[in-house]
Amino acid sequence: MAAVPVEHGLILAGILFSLGLVGVLVRRNVIFLLMSVEIMLNAAALAFVVAGTARAQADGQVMFVFILTMAAAEVAVGLALVLQLYHRFGTLDVDAADKMRG
Amino acid sequence: MLSLLWLIPALPLAAFVVLILVGSRIPRAGVSIVGCAAVGISALVSILIWASPAPYPLSNGHILALWTWIDLPGFTPKVALYLDLLSMLMVCVITVVAFIILVYSTDYMAGDEGYSRFFAYMNLFVASMLTLVLADNLILLYVAWEGVGLCSYLLIGFWYKEPANERAAVKAFVVTRIGDVGFIIGIFLIFNSLGTVDIQEVLRRAPSQWEVGSTMAMAAAALVLAGALGKSAQLPLQTWLPDAMAGPTPVSALIHAATMVTAGVYLIARMQELFALAPVVQSAVAIIGLATLLLAGFSALVQSDIKRALAYSTISQIGYMFLALGVGASSAAMFHFTTHAFFKALLFMAAGSVILSCDHEQDMFKLGGLRKQLPVTHWTFLVGAASLAGLPLVTGGFYSKEAILSAVWSSNTGGHLLWAGAAAGVLLTAIYSFRMFFLTFFGPSKTRAKPERGWLMRVPLIVLAIVSLIGIVRVLAEVHLTIVLYIAGYWPSPGDAATLGPGLGIEMILASVASLFSLVGILIAYLLFVRRRDRTEAFAAQPMAATIHRWWFVGWGFDWIYNRVFVRPFFWLTGVNRNDVADLVYRAVAWLTEATHFGMSRTQTGRVRQYAVGIAVGAIVAIGIVVFL
Repeated sequence: MAAVPVEHGLILAGILFSLGLVGVLVRRNVIFLLMSVEIMLNAAALAFVVAGTARAQADGQVMFVFILTMAAAEVAVGLALVLQLYHRFGTLDVDAADKMRG
Repeated sequence: MLSLLWLIPALPLAAFVVLILVGSRIPRAGVSIVGCAAVGISALVSILIWASPAPYPLSNGHILALWTWIDLPGFTPKVALYLDLLSMLMVCVITVVAFIILVYSTDYMAGDEGYSRFFAYMNLFVASMLTLVLADNLILLYVAWEGVGLCSYLLIGFWYKEPANERAAVKAFVVTRIGDVGFIIGIFLIFNSLGTVDIQEVLRRAPSQWEVGSTMAMAAAALVLAGALGKSAQLPLQTWLPDAMAGPTPVSALIHAATMVTAGVYLIARMQELFALAPVVQSAVAIIGLATLLLAGFSALVQSDIKRALAYSTISQIGYMFLALGVGASSAAMFHFTTHAFFKALLFMAAGSVILSCDHEQDMFKLGGLRKQLPVTHWTFLVGAASLAGLPLVTGGFYSKEAILSAVWSSNTGGHLLWAGAAAGVLLTAIYSFRMFFLTFFGPSKTRAKPERGWLMRVPLIVLAIVSLIGIVRVLAEVHLTIVLYIAGYWPSPGDAATLGPGLGIEMILASVASLFSLVGILIAYLLFVRRRDRTEAFAAQPMAATIHRWWFVGWGFDWIYNRVFVRPFFWLTGVNRNDVADLVYRAVAWLTEATHFGMSRTQTGRVRQYAVGIAVGAIVAIGIVVFL
């Protein structure tokens, strides 16, 4: 099996990260926001794996497991926040929450 | 004994510290005891030092160095006390008179809510004045000089709830400050060219480095004179003293008799060698003294407020001292200072007794006929007025004024014209002092006076009256003589004439003329204000006379001129410059900070996506910097 060049993997990670970032910036629905953040996390995780493979070390995959765990925790907290947001404002639009002062 | 010298200024200072810290928490009796005892012990110590069998002849001064104040190469002023006959005399008079005044005030101020504050300030005042006369160098003297100014401000404005009192206090402070600025520049000048601030050293070096009449000597003497003019309320800085009557009466007594206004006299007497180097300035001292004594005498003649009349009489009497200093007769000046301290304190305290008995009525035209109702005050005031008028042979004031007059006659700088002016002043003094006396104690009774206060107020009056009459004459004749000898052996040119005096025959004639003037003045006062009072009032009501009356009443309109020339333009300038130009820089800084703050807070929108943009842009910029730079 021919080895995938490092550049390809990193470029894919970059594209994924940019997609996630654009999603965060342009979407107003908080669910999509969370999903975009997940994509950005996975892009970072992919970059770790590619880099670990290129150097023939396991560290990248270890980091990937960490990130997976953290992403799960983030989703748990994030979804709880989404529920709260929905209860209080009756909408999933994040811009509706710009009045939270103090 | 001399090693106890430091106690003299230290005790009143300690009393001040105690009273200002815990004065409001200890009972009034305690306040009185602390306040009086400190000055009393000081008086005792100074008399002991004077009377102690002298291993130290006071005619050459003694220095008691306490500690080195500033230690710089070439400039090491010490905190040191210098004692010679001049400062010894000043110290004795100050402490004794101040003690008597303080005893008197324990009764006068009884019931005042600021009782302990009053005694604290009074003690600080006395301590400052004692430091002033004992100071060994000009820097220490200047500190004490300002201390005296501060205390005068605090005490003139003692009843600070009255806006007028506050204004009088500020006026006293500002007007004397004008002179002080000249004085400190003079100190800088002296240090710059003589390289020392030690007074004795300055006086030793000045004649060797400066020629008689050289510009530097003239400038230094003129600047020192400016300081003395301010403190001693002489022309043209005399306007603060009549307004200083806003303070309680014992304060006026202290300011006029022992402290404050005599500081200028002391300063010139102390620096007389410097003035001898500047004959023009010295003549100016004499002329200013004469002009002041005449102008203030005329003003005193028409005052209706008893305390203001006394204030003008003080200005006039200090004018006599300046006249004597100007002709080089500092011994006569100090003699007059001593007698003046006693009889002026007496007059003020008697006036205070009148004021208390008549419900704070100070207008002499509303008083009158108090002779029977206030016997002690009446007799003591009579003694004070007689001494002020220079009633021949029995009063101390006669001898001291006589000393000045004969010194003026025989001085080579002064001449007979000055003598004529001073003799006219004697006549004037006699008229106005007995005018006060007759208006207050004779004539129809217009007020019902409460009986005099207790012995604490009467005894000081009686003591001062006795001292003004007899005892002081003998004591002071001796002092006078010693000072004369001291100066004669120590300081040649202008003193010579003053100390040798005219021939005995001329002196007798001069003395008789002066006593005649004094007696005639008293007679005129009697005619004008007792026998023919209705005619006097009718005369004063004529338009011409009334105009002159008004002019003299407001002190020759100096206040009016100063208001127009200095005060109003200054206020106009402050009005124009309300938004101070120099403040613009600081305002710009404030504005910039504020603008930045608002700009930053504008970014806190609460929109998550905008924050995310911020983070993204920041990250891109950071990465860009790392990658491309």
